[in-house]
Amino acid sequence: MKLSGIATVFCSFVGLAGLMIQPALAGDKDKMMMLVKYEISDGPAIKAINKSLTGKPGDPKKGEDLMANRKKGNCFACHMISSLAAKAKDNPKKYADMGEIGPPLDGVAGRYTEGELRMMLVDSHKVFPDTIMPSFYRNTGFTRIKGKFKGKTVLKAQEVEDILSLLKTFK
Amino acid sequence: MTPISGIKMMKKMIKLTVGVLLLAGFSTSAVLAADGKSEAVKPAAEFGLDEIWSGYHFAKKETQALQDDDFDNPGNLWLEEGAALWSKVDGDAKKSCQSCHNDASKSMKGVATRYPVYYAPRKKLINIEQRINLCRTEQMKAKPWKWKSKQLLAMAVYVNNQSKGMPVNIRITAENKPFWEKGKAFYYKRRGQLDMSCAHCHEKYYGKHIRSNVLSQGHINGFPTYRLKWQKPGSVHRRFKGCNKQVRAKPYGLGSDEYNNLELYVKWRGNGLPVETPAVRN
Ligand code: HEC
Ligand code: HEC
Repeated sequence: MKLSGIATVFCSFVGLAGLMIQPALAGDKDKMMMLVKYEISDGPAIKAINKSLTGKPGDPKKGEDLMANRKKGNCFACHMISSLAAKAKDNPKKYADMGEIGPPLDGVAGRYTEGELRMMLVDSHKVFPDTIMPSFYRNTGFTRIKGKFKGKTVLKAQEVEDILSLLKTFK
Repeated sequence: MTPISGIKMMKKMIKLTVGVLLLAGFSTSAVLAADGKSEAVKPAAEFGLDEIWSGYHFAKKETQALQDDDFDNPGNLWLEEGAALWSKVDGDAKKSCQSCHNDASKSMKGVATRYPVYYAPRKKLINIEQRINLCRTEQMKAKPWKWKSKQLLAMAVYVNNQSKGMPVNIRITAENKPFWEKGKAFYYKRRGQLDMSCAHCHEKYYGKHIRSNVLSQGHINGFPTYRLKWQKPGSVHRRFKGCNKQVRAKPYGLGSDEYNNLELYVKWRGNGLPVETPAVRN
């Protein structure tokens, strides 16, 4: 089969790089991104991930771009944030037409702790099982995921921290 | 007077008659109001929606106006092409659609309200595009038209348009029930990296903005729908592919069994809505 051929070639390549992979799982595992390990605890309102995923502070400026970016967080598709919506006059492409699917994020840092917000971003389904909101830092448990997204997360660990550093300012 | 305007006149009269008949016969379906705008319909069976609205209701005013205008509707080009193809002889059997079905305004009336249907020789569902191609290969001994070809879209528009204004009326029978069940399971299954089901967008949040788009209930009473974004009509299956891709899921093929099952289920959800083909959407 064509697919297993590719997997074998890829596998030996990865093997050379020093990462040994079980051949039986190669088809799936060759594309799997390694995720940062995190611990879930109970927050005051919902579950929380209290420790930073990377140990490196987030950059709120990058966070704002990631929230707007349709290929990244695309948070504006569903959430309205008044302070950012005000910038639509100067940059409508980025800030106009914020969605109304989720609650406005104004004041969200007053409603949740940092750890709870991190949990929401990493895997919203753990907190709201029926939610439409994607899990941004999860790479398993999907159905018919398109090839190029297989084994990948929507956001990287540092990107989660970047967005979080901005969310924290929405008091 | 071109032949098409004659057809149009006739259709208008039929539409009026149908409207009157419906007012008399169907209590559950408010079809066309006096102003020609669609209205909410109460679902006959219980599912996730209390009220059913055509996508027309959520479209922009300008888009609605384009659809309503019998002359400016951009789908008319395909409607006219379909009318021309109807009587065009093709294939080794030297037949046209008309050879078997005569006057489309009579023989094709109501077809759009009940497709896709169970097709015994294949033991599965076929939709209108596949029915058209079966007639071509089996009856006319002609080549099937390609899914995205102008001819197949034009003929599907023309055939479905013969039911314009009639309420969608999918009946679940012993034969189509297993396929309906599969379509339903598809509808509620999360898929893709964004992990959303059809229901997340079209049942839970219809009427709301997702960025600049207003979510509709995702009905298919106007298909093939002329999409301004596509600059041409597109099939139901093309729309399904698009919605699958949006959530970063691997789409199924045009004409696939999966999409036929989904088409039956989604069409059923819109029971009572008037056929609008060719609808116009963003
Ligand atoms: C497709 C829609 C969608 C997208 C995209 C989305 N969200 Fe959400 N979000 C929701 C919904 C809906 C809720 C409410 C939870 C529920 O009931 O499902 C929510 C809840 C939240 C909450 C909790 C708010 C509260 O007051 O309870 C936060 C924080 C949040 N989202 C942040 C984000 C961020 C940051 C992004 C982008 C990285 C994002 N969301 C992307 C739909 C979305
Ligand atoms: C991420 C949100 C989202 C998901 C999930 C989604 N759709 Fe859509 N869909 C849209 C948007 C946006 C449009 C364009 C606006 C409209 O008509 O709702 C649309 C349009 C449609 C239309 C055209 C309606 C018309 O009146 O022309 C149909 C039919 C449809 N979707 C069916 C589905 C089906 C079936 C599924 C699941 C396989 C699905 N959608 C999943 C967002 C979504």
